Amino acid sequence: MVYFQVIIPIALALIALVVQSNRIRPWLVPIAGVFHFCLTLWLLFDPEQCYVNSWLILDPVGKIILFNVSLLYLICSFYAAGYLQYRQERQNKIFVACLAAFIGIFSMVCWSHNLGVMWISIEGTTLITAPLIYFNKSKKSIEATWKYLIVGSVGIALALLGTFFLAYSSLVGGADASMDFYYLLENGATLNKSWLQAAFILLLIGYGTKMGLAPMHTWKPDAYGEAPGIVGALLSGGVTSGAFLAITRIWQICNVAGETEFTSKILMGIGLFSMLTASIFMMNQRDFKRMLAYSSVEHMGILILGLSVGTTALFATFFHVIASTLTKGMLFLSSGNIHRAYASKNTRQVTGAIRRLPISGTLFLIGFLAITGTPPFAPFVSEFMILTNAFTAGHLVAGSLYILFMLIVFMGMGITVVKVVYGEAPEDAMDTPYHEGIMTTMPLVLFLLMILILGIAIPTPLTQLINEAVSFMEKPF
Amino acid sequence: MINIFNSLLVMILALNLLALGSRSILSVIRIIALQGILLGILPLVLNEGLSIPQLIASLTAISIKGVVIPMVMIHAMKNIRIKREVEPTIGFVPSSILGAVITGSVFLLTNQITAGNGNYVNMIIPAAITTILVGFILLVTRYKAISQVMGYLVLENGIYIFSLLLIEAIPLIVEMGMLLDLFVSIFIITIITNHINNAFSSLDTRRLTTLKE
Repeated sequence: MVYFQVIIPIALALIALVVQSNRIRPWLVPIAGVFHFCLTLWLLFDPEQCYVNSWLILDPVGKIILFNVSLLYLICSFYAAGYLQYRQERQNKIFVACLAAFIGIFSMVCWSHNLGVMWISIEGTTLITAPLIYFNKSKKSIEATWKYLIVGSVGIALALLGTFFLAYSSLVGGADASMDFYYLLENGATLNKSWLQAAFILLLIGYGTKMGLAPMHTWKPDAYGEAPGIVGALLSGGVTSGAFLAITRIWQICNVAGETEFTSKILMGIGLFSMLTASIFMMNQRDFKRMLAYSSVEHMGILILGLSVGTTALFATFFHVIASTLTKGMLFLSSGNIHRAYASKNTRQVTGAIRRLPISGTLFLIGFLAITGTPPFAPFVSEFMILTNAFTAGHLVAGSLYILFMLIVFMGMGITVVKVVYGEAPEDAMDTPYHEGIMTTMPLVLFLLMILILGIAIPTPLTQLINEAVSFMEKPF
Repeated sequence: MINIFNSLLVMILALNLLALGSRSILSVIRIIALQGILLGILPLVLNEGLSIPQLIASLTAISIKGVVIPMVMIHAMKNIRIKREVEPTIGFVPSSILGAVITGSVFLLTNQITAGNGNYVNMIIPAAITTILVGFILLVTRYKAISQVMGYLVLENGIYIFSLLLIEAIPLIVEMGMLLDLFVSIFIITIITNHINNAFSSLDTRRLTTLKE
């Protein structure tokens, strides 16, 4: 099964390199999306398929991330096909090929139970997404791609060193040197403490760079700002969830090794620092795509904070992964539409989006309300649960800071969003060729429906899936 | 064998300092290529008996780090007509001295880490950490995009040295995957470097400052 999930998208990517028509080629992306999503659903209902060998196992945590990204990708893939029809002036061969291959490589991240293979696949997702950021081929997008590649590569190199440290801690502790996830969990108690702590820090810095945690987030506003909206959606929902999965792995190993207290402190610090950084840079932000990037930094901070609270907050944290991914998808895609219509992403030029683009403008506004935690949308539920879990676990200061930062973010983001959405649309923006079509608006509506449903009631199968993941995190065996 | 192994490591460390002190980009590329070849030989002298997977891994490492990547970079240099000087933030002599100081202090500090598997560890850990730090210096103190890439390569070389401690734990496929990732990333980075040169008529990363708050 895993082989199909990896090979079909990569085969479609190769086909994309051969297809000559710029109009037909984008349709390969939805084909990859549909195939991948069907296979993911099959995996969710047929647990026997989830074990291939000791390297490739789809455990409950991997399932959540795979489902999350597969769903995001499915919806985004139709948007991509619609979006690329508007961008016929650009050759989309590389773009489509990378987009299709991305989901294949990403599946490996979720499946891999050897931390070395996991590292290779996460590095693979970095490399395959770099050409996506470069789609516009402007000076700014070159700069963004350069920063993404250099910061990302150095960060991920540190994660590799951390993986080696982890294997070495097992060797020093008396067991075999191994990068096998289950082996490390089984021998968690014997791992050498100082090498394990060093490994944890390196892995957190390395994968934290991919996740975009402050202060390693510097590539994020540039990359999200310059890449097309669809790429922003896939980076902020896909690549970051994969890196988060990697961090949960090392968290689990440290937990078994009895280092929970050490990891909690660091995670809490870095989570709150990310929220602080995001709230500062979101104030007075004129560029609405960069604003979304900082919002992503904030939500990565929330996820890490949830992880630091410990097992009681895990349910909320995993739910927040899904809730924030779907909401981010809606925000990035609608911001992409607005950018297209105004040919600018600065609030000096972009006003009155709700008149120029009734659907995208409205959904951009709703997306803002949802992501900042307004009921009845899904992020409200998860953010509120994380807060109460933090308070019940006795983290009064962290909980209060969390509320404070959320409040600042709400105000900062609100000012920018209101400027974009309301007011009079400038004359020259009314005649730009972009018009809302079904392909570029339906995906947004789907995202809205999902976060609305999840906000009102979490479906039982999903609750079950998350509960399985939580108990796997608590007790893997 | 230990003597050969240790002398190879010493040569790698000397190449670090040479890379820090070299003025021309081409010679830095050659120094790093040589370092890559020496790195590929290391695992072969580490074990008494040679296994086939080990041999394959070593040969691949030698050909990618020592031949393919340098060739890609030299090719990129030919396309880009730039002044072939490194242009560091801190001078060549100070950065070499800094490198030497780092090498010395890392060896002094890690002396306390007691060995887990014999004599090898005494050299491997400090050599790895030193090379990683030198990679960081190259990365941070150079302006030209292509010189920064070389810093990244030295950093990777340092991590590769550390992996020698785990020679039995890293399966062949994983090792190959890592080398493939390294090659692809260098390949993509060189393409982007080329575009930087076309768009900005320079490889100076100080010009990449449009995107900021």
